[in-house]
Amino acid sequence: MIEGAAWRRWVFFRIPLAGFLIFLLFPFYWMIITTFRPDGELYRPWRAANYSPFWTWDPTLDHIKYLFNETVFTTWLWNTMLIATASTIISLICGVFAGYALSRLKFRFAGSLGSAIFITYLVPQTLLFIPLSEIIRAYKIGDTPWSLILTYPTFLIPFCTWLMMGYFKAIPKELEECARIDGASRLKAMLYIILPVAVPGILSAGIFAFTLSWNEFIYALVFLSSPEQKTVPVGVVSELIRGDVFFWGPLMAGALLGSIPVAIAYSFFVEHYVSGMTGSVKG
Amino acid sequence: MTSHSPSAHPPGTRPVLRWRPLEKESNLAFLLLLPTMLLLGLFIAYPFVRGLLLSVTDTKVGVAGQFVGFENFERLLTDPIFHMVVWNTCWYTFVTTVFKLGLGLWLALLLNRSFRFKAFTRAFILLPFIIPTVLSTFAWKWMFDPTFSVLNWMLYKLGFISSAVNWLGDPDLAMFSIIVVNIWRGVPFFAISLLAGLQTISPDLAEAAAIDGASPLKRFWYITWPLLLPVTMVVVLFSVIQTFADFQIVYVLTGGGPANATHLFSTYAYQLGVGTGLLSQGAAISLAMFPILTLIVLAQLLYIRRVEVR
Amino acid sequence: MASVSIQEVHKQYDDFHAVKGVSLEIKDHEFIVLVGPSGCGKTTTLRMVAGLESISNGQILIGDTVVNDLPPMDRDIAMVFQNYALYPHMSVYDNMAFGLKMRKFDRTEIDKRVRDAADILGIRDHLHRKPRQLSGGQRQRVALGRAIVRHPQVFLFDEPLSNLDAKLRVQMRVELKKLHARLGTTAIYVTHDQVEAMTLGDRVVVMHEGLIQQVGEPLELYNLPANKYVAGFIGSPAMNFARTRIVAENGALHAVNEGMRIEVPEHLRAAVQPQVGQEIWLGIRPEDLHTANDSHSESVCFSATVDVAEQLGSEILLDVRCAGASMVASVEPTLKVRAGDTVKLAMNPRRLHFFDQKTEKALR
Repeated sequence: MIEGAAWRRWVFFRIPLAGFLIFLLFPFYWMIITTFRPDGELYRPWRAANYSPFWTWDPTLDHIKYLFNETVFTTWLWNTMLIATASTIISLICGVFAGYALSRLKFRFAGSLGSAIFITYLVPQTLLFIPLSEIIRAYKIGDTPWSLILTYPTFLIPFCTWLMMGYFKAIPKELEECARIDGASRLKAMLYIILPVAVPGILSAGIFAFTLSWNEFIYALVFLSSPEQKTVPVGVVSELIRGDVFFWGPLMAGALLGSIPVAIAYSFFVEHYVSGMTGSVKG
Repeated sequence: MTSHSPSAHPPGTRPVLRWRPLEKESNLAFLLLLPTMLLLGLFIAYPFVRGLLLSVTDTKVGVAGQFVGFENFERLLTDPIFHMVVWNTCWYTFVTTVFKLGLGLWLALLLNRSFRFKAFTRAFILLPFIIPTVLSTFAWKWMFDPTFSVLNWMLYKLGFISSAVNWLGDPDLAMFSIIVVNIWRGVPFFAISLLAGLQTISPDLAEAAAIDGASPLKRFWYITWPLLLPVTMVVVLFSVIQTFADFQIVYVLTGGGPANATHLFSTYAYQLGVGTGLLSQGAAISLAMFPILTLIVLAQLLYIRRVEVR
Repeated sequence: MASVSIQEVHKQYDDFHAVKGVSLEIKDHEFIVLVGPSGCGKTTTLRMVAGLESISNGQILIGDTVVNDLPPMDRDIAMVFQNYALYPHMSVYDNMAFGLKMRKFDRTEIDKRVRDAADILGIRDHLHRKPRQLSGGQRQRVALGRAIVRHPQVFLFDEPLSNLDAKLRVQMRVELKKLHARLGTTAIYVTHDQVEAMTLGDRVVVMHEGLIQQVGEPLELYNLPANKYVAGFIGSPAMNFARTRIVAENGALHAVNEGMRIEVPEHLRAAVQPQVGQEIWLGIRPEDLHTANDSHSESVCFSATVDVAEQLGSEILLDVRCAGASMVASVEPTLKVRAGDTVKLAMNPRRLHFFDQKTEKALR
């Protein structure tokens, strides 16, 4: 609470908040501006007299055109979307079932399995990517979307499980008990009664998993090699840089356009995303 | 309706006692956990074991390896680059976590009031965390570019510098730069999580303290902070794990340079394992991450356990 | 409908023996109430009949079938929960139809049954609504309706009225009694409220610490409690207990302590005789204590000091103190009395109870 004079509100609240917003959002602004700035302006050293960073009077679509003509950017978008959606679906199914089993069923290894899943969350991708790349190659799914669709769930499932456990725990057990007395098997009670009630949790887990898949890099970098197979982050990194030369215009265009699908998906589910993120922390 | 009401089953049917294996909790649990266990077993447990085996051989790309015992790890102990990597990663994790916590907390406190456009603000603030890190890091790289940096321009115009700041070319500045980008990405996560924690603290407590005469600072220290501790510890735990294993920011900004000043475990492992094809050595470096990470995680888990018991 | 037979049933949790050998024969059409404080095992027993808890030992039969290993869905029972357990994402209609859908009834039959039940319970107008749009009482009716449509063999009730406010509770009690008269289905009802038990049950089972204390018709429990626990549990305000010693004097037996000297009535003399020289419990209900007048013999009177006089309009509840023990007497509302006054009270000798000091069993 900041009581008192208006100046206090400005100093202790409005200005710091504005500062944070600028700090957090400026790089995106920069991304947008650079995408539409013509090369001439773009490659103007900061020392030059007419460096006008924050605006351009000559917006151009050249970089975007370059992006679509000289690279298979649309393919990358499609790949990433496919992989993210498929991994999300797989992880949700596994996570929802696992979360239900661990939170609503009593069985001997419940505690240890729960811990096991937690431990796998602690094993970062950067630890496994070398042996995994060998395994992927051995199963002959290297350089295909399957290499990612099957491996992304490894870091998505623990999170989804965790999240769903929290949501399931909040559902009173009487609902299932009543359903079972009404004539439903345990499985049917889960599918017809518990899952519909847990839909907000499923949406939260889903949007979180979706954004995490889109964000993954090292597996995609190591498992995919041909340009048509690449995801957006990998494609942008590898195809828009030739040796030491960075094609900054198309690069920023790629970064911008590559971020838009996630941003759009996120914007539809902000509340769910936030409750998912905070739920996993509080749980 | 009379007391002899119609049957409890559809006309023409009778209850049949069937074998219902999935009614037993342990059977159902097994079935539900099967897909997860399969996936995690195949793609985490198995590779982890393979990684362990790999690290005790001298496998290179295309060349089958032979058992060499702990040679790879011994080599790491005397490798000056590896020493830098350990120091870099620990320093990087430590500094970023401290600042992410501090700034995140500040932002959470700012957001913990009602104001117009609060929902919008909250949504926009998460963008650095949502947008793929590689893509947004490129924007930073462009902002750091020695010749074209907008940051240099701003600092110059404000009179803070007179010559170019080599953000990514100078070893100390490069470390500074990757720290800044990591903080930039992580603050939203801390802020929103801590905000949720703050919102569970009843405002009555702060008001009672205010009536008792406590200053805002005291109120925070004695009431808010202790109640926030459980959430804080979990957030810090997640963040530490992720930061310690960070790859994307360094890969895009510096690739580990200049002169290995920003190499982390993951980037060095990548460089050796995938870049130069020394698979076993790369695996060894990745695995070296594990003991240190486990120690940090255990320490935090114990602390969390203590906090919760209290 | 069917009978329910609970035979020597035990429930053992890891470190806690919740139900310690409960046996009960429930007749077809009977409305039986399990009553007792929290933790006495009544809910656990109910849940074992339902199939929600496994049976550690003993067996349960519904009708002629041993149901120990049958899952709830195969037991042909219906249950009404304390928190109603309505499916929040479904309409009232769908809530009630769910059980029938699970058993694959056809749509016309489902519709008929749901609407009939809705008529009985007066919730026809709410069929399309969702639970969150209903009041507590309406939700309870939907929960009842959901149970009724199934035409089960047994109804199980787990403290269904505890979440309702006092006035609604009284109303629903009456409705439940009418419903049972109409449907006649065997019912097992669990509550901690002895008023509900007395008013609803054909028979009442008092439980305490995992064991049955007494089974009987409500009046039987009230007039002839089998032990001190049942005597103190049934009836409100609770029965008064006083520690007394039995002495033989002038050919009669008296129960004596520092504050009173009460003659043991004729019909109890034989049962109390073996206790001469021992300490036993004397029990008398507040409604059986009267302000003494000339019609009362001295052998049933004693004096006490008034602590508090609670004027209820229909009666006065006198909290008195006698020989260091507190007692409650229910006396006429016209009595002029204040805290600190001494009153002389008389016990109705026909309503005296005595209980063994060690076993707490009634001496009769």
